[in-house]
Amino acid sequence: MTESQAPEPLVRIRNVSKHFGEGETRIDALREVSLEVFPGQVVALLGPSGSGKTTLLNAIGCILEPSGGRMELDGDVVYDGRWLRSDLRRLRLDKIGFIFQFHNLLPFLNATDNVAVVLNLAGLDSGEARKRAVDLLDYLEVGNRRNAFPAKLSGGEAQRVAIARALANRPRIILADEPTAALDSKRAGIVMDLLRKLAVEQEAAIIAVTHDEKIFDRFDRIFQLRDGRLDTGVT
Amino acid sequence: MNLAYRDVRHKLGRFLLTCAGLGLLLGVVLAMIGIYRGLVVDALTIARAPGIDLWVVESGTRGPFAEASRIPGDTREAVTRVGGVAAAGSITYQTVETEHQARKLRLYVIGYEPGRPGGPPRLIAGRGIVRSHHELVADRSTGLGIGDRIALGRNTFSVVGLTEHQVNSGGDPAVYITLLDAQKLQFDLAPPAYRVQLARGTGAAVRDTVNAVVARVQPNVAPDSVAESVRRWKHLAAITQEGQEAILTGSLVDRARRQIGLFTSLLLVVSAVIIALIIYTMTMEKLKQIATLKLIGAPDRTIIGMIVQQALALGFIGFGIGAALILTAKNYFPRRVVLEPDNVLVLAGIVFLVCLLSSGLGVRAALRVDPATALGG
Repeated sequence: MTESQAPEPLVRIRNVSKHFGEGETRIDALREVSLEVFPGQVVALLGPSGSGKTTLLNAIGCILEPSGGRMELDGDVVYDGRWLRSDLRRLRLDKIGFIFQFHNLLPFLNATDNVAVVLNLAGLDSGEARKRAVDLLDYLEVGNRRNAFPAKLSGGEAQRVAIARALANRPRIILADEPTAALDSKRAGIVMDLLRKLAVEQEAAIIAVTHDEKIFDRFDRIFQLRDGRLDTGVT
Repeated sequence: MNLAYRDVRHKLGRFLLTCAGLGLLLGVVLAMIGIYRGLVVDALTIARAPGIDLWVVESGTRGPFAEASRIPGDTREAVTRVGGVAAAGSITYQTVETEHQARKLRLYVIGYEPGRPGGPPRLIAGRGIVRSHHELVADRSTGLGIGDRIALGRNTFSVVGLTEHQVNSGGDPAVYITLLDAQKLQFDLAPPAYRVQLARGTGAAVRDTVNAVVARVQPNVAPDSVAESVRRWKHLAAITQEGQEAILTGSLVDRARRQIGLFTSLLLVVSAVIIALIIYTMTMEKLKQIATLKLIGAPDRTIIGMIVQQALALGFIGFGIGAALILTAKNYFPRRVVLEPDNVLVLAGIVFLVCLLSSGLGVRAALRVDPATALGG
């Protein structure tokens, strides 16, 4: 899938900057970064440590307020150069799914409830939320572990439950921070194939920060960051 | 989905252990409140036992509890004749140490005139004193039983009745004997000492004295007006029941009461700090989970609800354990522990407030957590 085939990008960033501190202590983490990610695309953010990958991911995830530029997510302007939208948590709940490096499942909830909690927060009643969570776990082939607590899940199982949680509200944008870092190469490949499949089926945009060279071939585009600037994307 | 409940259930053992620890602490606070109340109640018990309105004591004293008082034995007849007095009785108080079944007993001996005011308030076993000599009604906490015989001074007394909750301000259990026996116990000398007194030519001491005369006034008569009449006799002082209770709480046990009161207040402050620390620590342990919840879109009310519910559960379960512990153990304390429902409710209210305020610290920390904390390792 290319930009020309998808007229409306799900993530559109124009000249986004972010700096920390002022004067001599000022650090420019992002310098006028622009990028677009379209439905069904799986893109990677690459770069050495301190290049601004996580800052960019946090900005797209509405966790960090940019210092300048413009940001649109799924057609909504979330940052216009001056103001970040105020209902960010609701926006995250509805439009963005997060996949973490170490899955970050809530240890006191079993696999089903870890997924259902997102649906519950979105307003679904507990019974319906659990039913949908179980369907999602089955789809991701961890349904047999639905009653297991995170401590009892293997790394791959936990990451698939985390993916199920990220997908629970059918978000259009999925942000993944080193999604395969805690997995061996075989499981990393399985997880990436799964994400690609989901991106296509749900017409979602997946943006992943990764250092894992073994999975580079699973991405549609790779954005390289250096000193807060974006190099040309590699397709 | 109740996240607070799920979190507690996941670490139930640890949570219950924390509750038990807090329960022990709150149990100590409750015990101190009970001891504080018990001290006041104990101090007033003996003064309230006769159910009278007026205390006639030696002039210039605040007797017979706060100060020594000694008045002639015939004062009772004079007081009985004062207008407005319905009944009066002479009374003596003294502390005696004796042994019973190889056990040392410290007793507060009350001498009274059977059939007149001043006797034990309520018998829980046996009967009252009907013979002029050598019968005794004992408080249950003495450990004596009906039919037991016990030596007091040079005489042996039979226990004929039992009463309860009759102790002096020092916690010594009371026994009731006749006034005549009490006077003999107080004034009769051992034969060698008596012979020495005779040889010195002083003879026997005057023993027809009492510590106080207690009086009940007639209905519709103000005790103050009768007290005023009695005070006209320059050698006597009259104190109303209300005045006597004020002397006891304001003077006799005041320092001990304030000491325990202060200690109880300190314990409450320590408990509050510990509750705050526990709740704060519980929250700090969950910061990454809270950050994750924020990141996936949980509103602040969900996070606040989780912390506050856990704090209140901790407080109330801890309080329940503490209250159950003290209510079970209070009768094993050497001194009386009095826990009135209002004391328990006030402490429950304080615990509720402390938990609420303490959870505020945790909530503050939770609300300041950056959702980005959930990202990365």
